[in-house]
Amino acid sequence: MLKRENKTDVIIVGAGPAGISCAITLARAGKEVILIERGLFAGSKNVFGGAIYTQATKEIFPNFETEAPIERRNIEHNFAILGEEDSTTITYRKNDNSSYSVIRAKFDRWAAEEAKKAGAYIVEETVVRELIKEKNQVIGVKTELEEYFADIVILADGVNSLLAKQIGLRKDIDTKDVALSVKEVIKLDNQIINQRFKLKDDEGAIVEIFGGPMLGMLGLGFMYTNTDSVTIGLGITLNELAENNYRPYEILEKLKQHPTIAPLIEGGTLKEYSAHLIPEGGYKKIPKLCDNGVMIIGDAAMLVNNLHWEGTNLAMISGKLAAQTAVEAIEKNDFSKKTLSGYEKKLKKSFILKDLKTYRELMDVMHSRKKAFLCYYMKKINAFFEMFTSVNGIPKKENYHKFIKSIFTDRKISELFKDIWAIVKLLWSILI
Amino acid sequence: MNLDKKLYTLKYSPDTESHLKPDFEQCKLCITKCCVNICPAQVYEWNEETQELIVNFENCLECGACRIACERQCLNWQYPKGTKGVTFKQG
Repeated sequence: MLKRENKTDVIIVGAGPAGISCAITLARAGKEVILIERGLFAGSKNVFGGAIYTQATKEIFPNFETEAPIERRNIEHNFAILGEEDSTTITYRKNDNSSYSVIRAKFDRWAAEEAKKAGAYIVEETVVRELIKEKNQVIGVKTELEEYFADIVILADGVNSLLAKQIGLRKDIDTKDVALSVKEVIKLDNQIINQRFKLKDDEGAIVEIFGGPMLGMLGLGFMYTNTDSVTIGLGITLNELAENNYRPYEILEKLKQHPTIAPLIEGGTLKEYSAHLIPEGGYKKIPKLCDNGVMIIGDAAMLVNNLHWEGTNLAMISGKLAAQTAVEAIEKNDFSKKTLSGYEKKLKKSFILKDLKTYRELMDVMHSRKKAFLCYYMKKINAFFEMFTSVNGIPKKENYHKFIKSIFTDRKISELFKDIWAIVKLLWSILI
Repeated sequence: MNLDKKLYTLKYSPDTESHLKPDFEQCKLCITKCCVNICPAQVYEWNEETQELIVNFENCLECGACRIACERQCLNWQYPKGTKGVTFKQG
């Protein structure tokens, strides 16, 4: 299928949602594409929290809801604010199909098979060690065994993207711009999951967890339901772990023992433990997205909207947009940075860079006010409901007065003003 | 549950040679040795007696946390060979 030996239109490095979406879009457009994956199969090195998003996934795989190996259709989002012992949970429930839980080792493998059916050539168990450059242009890749050449190389090699760094498209990642996530998939009987999460048939639930053992840390927990297992995990900013000598799996153990969480996973057996980095630098830390003969997509390009737990959708659509740009470049026979910058323009017009730009100030604010927003106010929400629900003979007015007074006396009053200012500044940056 | 039991759930195909190559001389000078704590698979252990860093590379989950966090930036971190390393069956 190749024109010349080891030369093709496009090489994509990494078979995750970004790389596979890119490959299938190119193959459908009749272009020659090689997708190189370092794992035993597509998905074997891939880890995420738990959800794929219907709208983005349908753009790439229109029939995935009936054809792909999906687990559960998420109909419920829980936002659980954990204190040390207590908790407050807000639940939004709607019989909807906007996202699904999947097992990546199954879903990515299926998606890669779809790309293969469309005509993409997939090379597994192969690590790309280097990019080959000639006259300031990326012209191919060097694996452990051989060299492959292409008009365009697309980097979908994930959060660590050693290749993007190697050719100077991005600098070293700062510890405050990634979260280390650890998670467990816990086997539980289908009926038990349905009872505990109030679900039936293919319905699924998501729990977003604030506080608990992560009180005061820039970190969040998550739970997803699969058909016959439950995923529980957390992600904490790497600098937080490094500075405080925390062991991530010990924090996860504490989370699993929290009185609000423990009953949900009780009696389950561990199917698999895993860990992964999540790129959380946001808009300000997006690398250069293209250069002569090369583009970067997905996690490798830091395309994650952490506030909304979105990643796979940004990956898929960035892959599609890079593929469309590659098709244009192939038709023009021009693989210069100028032509490939069409990818960046497409990203800017899409929700991807618009959303990331909207939240450009979020991480700076959270880093500087984490003790307030991720500890003090979390505790305060629980303290409010403790006060509101307690029946102890104390007149309610006294309780209210005491609670309101505490907001002004718990901390220095200047802290309160700093919080208000941070919120105003953040809302301004998001909404205006 | 201890970490060994967690790691026991994983399928590994370990290489004979480590894909994680710290500069051991630099490790001796490192104050925080944060890799020992942050690594989600406890790949790194500090041996007080010999004053040496032990690298249990065969337990690596290939996340890259140590590479980014290494205080002295002295870790040569590569992916394991194509047929080696961890395979996730869930992900």
